[in-house]
Amino acid sequence: MFDKTLAELAAGLRKGDFSSVELTSAYLERIKAEDGRYNSFITVTEEQALAQAKAADASIAAGDAGAFTGLPIAHKDLFCTQGVRTSCGSKMLDNFASPYDATVVAKFKQAGAVMLGKTNMDEFAMGSSNESSFYGAARNPWNTDCVPGGSSGGSGAAVAARLTPAATGSDTGGSIRQPAALCGITGLKPTYGRVSRYGMIAYASSLDQGGPMAHTAEDCAMMLNVMAGFDPMDSTCLNREVPDYTATLNEPLAGLKIGLPKEYFSDALDPQIAERVKAAVAEFEKLGATVKEVSLPRTELSIPAYYIIAPAEASSNLSRFDGVRYGYRCTDPKDLEDMYKRSRGEGFGAEVKRRIMVGTYALCAGYYDAYYNKAQQIRRLIQQDFVRVLEDVDVIMGPTTPHPAFRIGEKNNDPVSMYMEDIFTLSLNLAGLPGMSVPCGQVNGLPVGMQIIGNYFAEAKLLNIAHQFQQVTDHHKQAPAGI
Amino acid sequence: MEWEVVIGLEIHVQLSTTTKIFSGASTAFGAEPNTQACAVDLALPGTLPVFNENALRMAVMFGLAVDAEIGKRSVFERKNYFYPDLPKGYQTTQLAEPIVGPGHVDIETDDGVKRRVRIHHAHLEEDAGKSLHEDFHGMTGIDLNRAGTPLVEIVSEPDMRSSKEAAAYARKIHAIVTTLGICDGNMAEGSMRCDCNVSVRPKGQEEFGTRTELKNINSFRFIERAIDTEVARQIDLIEDGGKVVQETRLYDPDKNETRSMRSKEDANDYRYFPCPDLLPVIIDDSYIEAIRDTLPELPDARRARFIDEYGLSEYDAGVLSGYRAQADYYEQVAKACSDAKLAANWVMGELAKHLNQHDTDIKESPVNAEQLGGLLVRIKDNTISGNIAKKVFELMWSKGGSADEIIEAEGLKQVTDTGAIEKIVDDVIANAGKQVEQYKAAEPDKRGKMLGFFMGQVMKATGGKANPGAVTGILKQKLDALCD
Repeated sequence: MFDKTLAELAAGLRKGDFSSVELTSAYLERIKAEDGRYNSFITVTEEQALAQAKAADASIAAGDAGAFTGLPIAHKDLFCTQGVRTSCGSKMLDNFASPYDATVVAKFKQAGAVMLGKTNMDEFAMGSSNESSFYGAARNPWNTDCVPGGSSGGSGAAVAARLTPAATGSDTGGSIRQPAALCGITGLKPTYGRVSRYGMIAYASSLDQGGPMAHTAEDCAMMLNVMAGFDPMDSTCLNREVPDYTATLNEPLAGLKIGLPKEYFSDALDPQIAERVKAAVAEFEKLGATVKEVSLPRTELSIPAYYIIAPAEASSNLSRFDGVRYGYRCTDPKDLEDMYKRSRGEGFGAEVKRRIMVGTYALCAGYYDAYYNKAQQIRRLIQQDFVRVLEDVDVIMGPTTPHPAFRIGEKNNDPVSMYMEDIFTLSLNLAGLPGMSVPCGQVNGLPVGMQIIGNYFAEAKLLNIAHQFQQVTDHHKQAPAGI
Repeated sequence: MEWEVVIGLEIHVQLSTTTKIFSGASTAFGAEPNTQACAVDLALPGTLPVFNENALRMAVMFGLAVDAEIGKRSVFERKNYFYPDLPKGYQTTQLAEPIVGPGHVDIETDDGVKRRVRIHHAHLEEDAGKSLHEDFHGMTGIDLNRAGTPLVEIVSEPDMRSSKEAAAYARKIHAIVTTLGICDGNMAEGSMRCDCNVSVRPKGQEEFGTRTELKNINSFRFIERAIDTEVARQIDLIEDGGKVVQETRLYDPDKNETRSMRSKEDANDYRYFPCPDLLPVIIDDSYIEAIRDTLPELPDARRARFIDEYGLSEYDAGVLSGYRAQADYYEQVAKACSDAKLAANWVMGELAKHLNQHDTDIKESPVNAEQLGGLLVRIKDNTISGNIAKKVFELMWSKGGSADEIIEAEGLKQVTDTGAIEKIVDDVIANAGKQVEQYKAAEPDKRGKMLGFFMGQVMKATGGKANPGAVTGILKQKLDALCD
């Protein structure tokens, strides 16, 4: 049962092979038994999950079930869930139970999904390893000494460990795609504005985007069908028709034009990953695609640009965590300033503080032009590079990460080397483009991912391409040893 | 040395939208603390702003009313600072690209100084909540009902040269925003608040002196007093060899003094940057022109019409057109009694006096325009005298009811029956031998002045109800007859 995809589970529920309560109970039991090894959940919502499963079974029995009714999923712990702790991986919000549901959470509820719990993550989504979580690092099911990636590391680990068939994630600089790659699952970062950000605790507002993480492209399509769409509560969410992403999965790929950016195959890339990606590209050629080399000359600049813009926005977004209205407040504050300083000083972890300081600095009156404005200029150039290349090819393919999962603690004292892990993913967020990570093999027993980048709102095309790849390969079916 | 005063004003106007600028919560004043603050106003994690288009429409109305350039692209920015009643830790406001660009208004002080005051720009922003320092035993209470109320901040150029001009400018802005119906104009509730930038320089000097900013003044009278106090302080300081320090000061109306709040060195670096949660606001000519078509008659135009149509003096027309509710009231009274000047005298006289004494807005006047018009009709048709009318008005104010009801109930109808008046006049003359002798002894051209005494006696005897014209005629006739 735990190897089944969402699509297969949905079919089983419809046929009556098992009930949602049985399915849900099985996953809850499995989480209880196994998650001690992975630390992928921060909160398990057993009672609520069983109630939702019961309601789903009733609706299946009554014949008014939808495609998602009764399917269990988990939410990254930055999606606000009514009445349930929403910690964002931080001590700051350890005591915070949201009084409302994020739009994404509400949509899954409405679709009849069952929420198993909330998954671990880097504190406030700041990190590429899940090590900055207040609840401790989540572990990679392929090797529990290794990181699952981040910031949606808990979602990646939970899906890879078969503790949930699918989970939501959010991606600000690679936070869906990188853990998907490192955990051997499939993840999609949609076009900026495709999925509502309302109720998804902001890290960097102009870059954040929620998306699905699952075993297959088909499952991601099922999830995106639920998640995507206009939300009047989010001014940056676009009012644009949502196609049925499952309807075009089987379009043939003959004539597909693939671009391989030469900058993505530089010395920084593990040569074994380069090989796996090139082998995957060869599969597409067999399916009728043509391949050419393209250039994204400002790829390297995406790191400095990102690490100005994201911290700048974060420094402002995280100002609301002041100990006044909710969240952590220090004990016995002497006065207002003391309350601010100690609540924030004690409530935030090191990486969050680092980014708040960097962002605050970058926005200071004397430095604004040199940093923030310059970074925005670079951002526009990076976007123009993509637009230019995507006039020439249908999709861009390359590695998701330069290396497979690294060991827990390995990069703790070297934040810049950690930031370099996001070199291939960051630029999409800067450009607002959609991208997927699809398993394309293993290196030294650890999974690696191939990234597929498309034009704005080309999610259906990306899912179609990934699905076709998964019809002729079995990388996505591999499970960690012992699972 | 002769000094010149230089003043620029920043006026915050609360827009009278029903919901907040970035959330759906109500903006009504006076609710229980924190009952009108929704998840967005509380800045709960994950919440996002959505711009209220009504606030945009109102800001554009203001821009058009002051002949300003309208920003076809305006951008919300975040002004970052920590304060307990600022829930997000930043205020969403506009800086580089405001909705209203340069404009101007023309002002006139009550001593006749006319000046054009340029408006640098006006921008949209959200109000903060309130910190309540009383009743919390050493703690501070936070009320976020006001958080997110839409404001237009109107920034003038430093074009004013006296406290009177500053007050006249503030009154003009008040008149415009109330006429447009975009602000209720209630200054006591903080619907319009004023920061005054004040400096002095030797007359003739071009360079500005160092300015101080007087924060949050909420009445026209206090604007004048605060500026006068601050100007005197600055001049004393400079003449004593000191230097004005650039700082923010608070005006204390009880002590009539200004006190330092914070100096420039304490000033925050607000780290403005465009708010990534809100898209730039893009509007086109057709949007702007559609709003222009809805503009009501503005105070300057109304003033001109009052002079033209009703024959009012410039001063009366200026006062009456200065506040929309008052101008509307006046026009209703004028129409009801068909006497524009009589209506003007009463609205600016007896009514204004009562409104002031009871600290009541004209919109809440217990005597409405129709009722006042009804009273004035009775003056015009000689049912009552002007003096009796004041008495009737007093009763209308305190007890309510129409003029006719009160005249009837109190028996105040004027006596115009000459037979009855003659009888009373005869009695008065019979009982005033001494005064009659004095009258007779006086030079004929001085006698007119002496009628007053007799007049008073007659009025006393009739309870003021005798028609004064008739009484004068009869008195004169009878007294003069005695002199022959």
